[in-house]
Amino acid sequence: MELFKVEDLIFNNQKQNFWSNTPATYELGPVSFNLKAGETLAIIGGNSSGKSLLAKLLVGLERPNSGRILMNGVEINNADLTSSCHDIRMIFQNSNESLNPGLTLGAILEEPLRLNTKLDTQQRNNLVVKTLRKVGLMSDHQFFYRHMLSDGQRQRVALARALILNPKVVVADEPFAALDPSVRSQAVNLLMQLQKDLGIGFIFISHNLGIVRHISDKVIVMQDGKVIESGKTEVIFTWPKAEYTKKLVDAHQALVNRQGS
Amino acid sequence: MARFNLYQEEQHPSPLQYTWLEFQKNHIAMGGLVCLVLFILITVFCPLLAPFDPNLQKTGNILVPPSWDANGGITHIFGTDGLGRDILSRVLYGCRMTFGISILLVVFALLVGVGLGAIAGMSKGFRSSFLNHTLDSIQAIPTILIAIIIIAILGTGLVNSMWAIVLALIPQFVHQTRDFVRSELSKEYVMAARLDGASKIQLFARSILPNMGETLVMQATLALSISILDISALGFLNLGAQAPSSELGALLSQGIEVAYIAPWNIALPGGALFLMVVSVNIVGDGLRSALKNRLLH
Repeated sequence: MELFKVEDLIFNNQKQNFWSNTPATYELGPVSFNLKAGETLAIIGGNSSGKSLLAKLLVGLERPNSGRILMNGVEINNADLTSSCHDIRMIFQNSNESLNPGLTLGAILEEPLRLNTKLDTQQRNNLVVKTLRKVGLMSDHQFFYRHMLSDGQRQRVALARALILNPKVVVADEPFAALDPSVRSQAVNLLMQLQKDLGIGFIFISHNLGIVRHISDKVIVMQDGKVIESGKTEVIFTWPKAEYTKKLVDAHQALVNRQGS
Repeated sequence: MARFNLYQEEQHPSPLQYTWLEFQKNHIAMGGLVCLVLFILITVFCPLLAPFDPNLQKTGNILVPPSWDANGGITHIFGTDGLGRDILSRVLYGCRMTFGISILLVVFALLVGVGLGAIAGMSKGFRSSFLNHTLDSIQAIPTILIAIIIIAILGTGLVNSMWAIVLALIPQFVHQTRDFVRSELSKEYVMAARLDGASKIQLFARSILPNMGETLVMQATLALSISILDISALGFLNLGAQAPSSELGALLSQGIEVAYIAPWNIALPGGALFLMVVSVNIVGDGLRSALKNRLLH
């Protein structure tokens, strides 16, 4: 049974340039994939390959021109964010920017609950504390502001914010890019642990092939808005077919071998 | 501050307490605050503080010097004016009038300006542009000049001058709010709030407004000192508050007739006006940096 399914997602972005008549076009897709509960899908590719755009399409920040997104076999309507299904949550690339500087962490985490659930203040507060504990923070942290936390703690808050609504799928846009290696591995382990416990499907965009190989079950390789290869992680890393994938994997292997020797 | 305490801390400072802690570190701002609180107390409790009715004329006590002068008496601490009215009472009532009206005007301009600016910032295209620039034409002319034009049409009077000042203050609030909302809308935390399902109003009230304190305090302080000066300037020119009224600017213009023989008639209201504007600016500046530092350390 597929938890999450994307069928032929196409996005066409035409920006009319004020100075010239030829509009700049960017085309993404068609993208299709499916995801089982507890599975991790990684999307890799160079800059401007449309990875972040794909993430925005999945959570509903941008609207696709055609194609369908299905959750448990039911199509999701992303047109209206206020009423759409909140089974998909997003973790942003820069956890510092994605937390409101003027609010305490408790208020930041309470916001999605207030908007999407019918819990009263006491229940919301309990859930906030529970979620903070779940990601390895303390209940006292709900009174803290963004500037009082370290990068790793901010990333944990971003994770807590994504998990607090009990989503089925979490989309993360390079969640570990800003972290140093030790904190990064902590975050990766935390994420894998939570994924195992909660059984969420995880879509993960990254440059770091080491982490991709470590945590993902499937990989999609993108270049210039097109999917050029997709399949099981081990297959792609062992027998890459497309030229671009070969280059990526070779570069990664060279790095690993050099570190090993 | 210990970040990790084994036991849950009993009390955590609220945002307001954080601001107060930061504000206390600035001693000059604290001095300004004492002064400002004094003016607020005067504004509220003026009838209890003033020893005489401000319009009570004592024909036997014309131009009595203040109490520190050799010829002065303790009955009239600040002396009396050309009609035998007690200057202390008049200055107290004058502070009440000038300061109270200015605060009223700024609060009104702030509410209207922030409201319009928020709508302009959250909407796109023509509507946004229209709301943003409708009142711009007013900004091209100095406040006093607009006030004079409005008074020329509607006639002299305190209420007319109040309208003129409000009209002149609103566009700045609109601009500040719109620019701020525009710059915040593109940030990721607003995008995250949108994904939480926040509507536009919730987005503004819950996500953007908590970060606007600094901008608003800065603009409100500026507006408050402008409106204090304008009200008294119009009073001084006999365009705003009229003669028997004890508005500070009107006091000055009445005192100028006897300036050479009784300089305390203009020195004392002038001093009060000066102190008022300085304390407003100092407190505003201190509050702004406190709000900024609250989110830095």
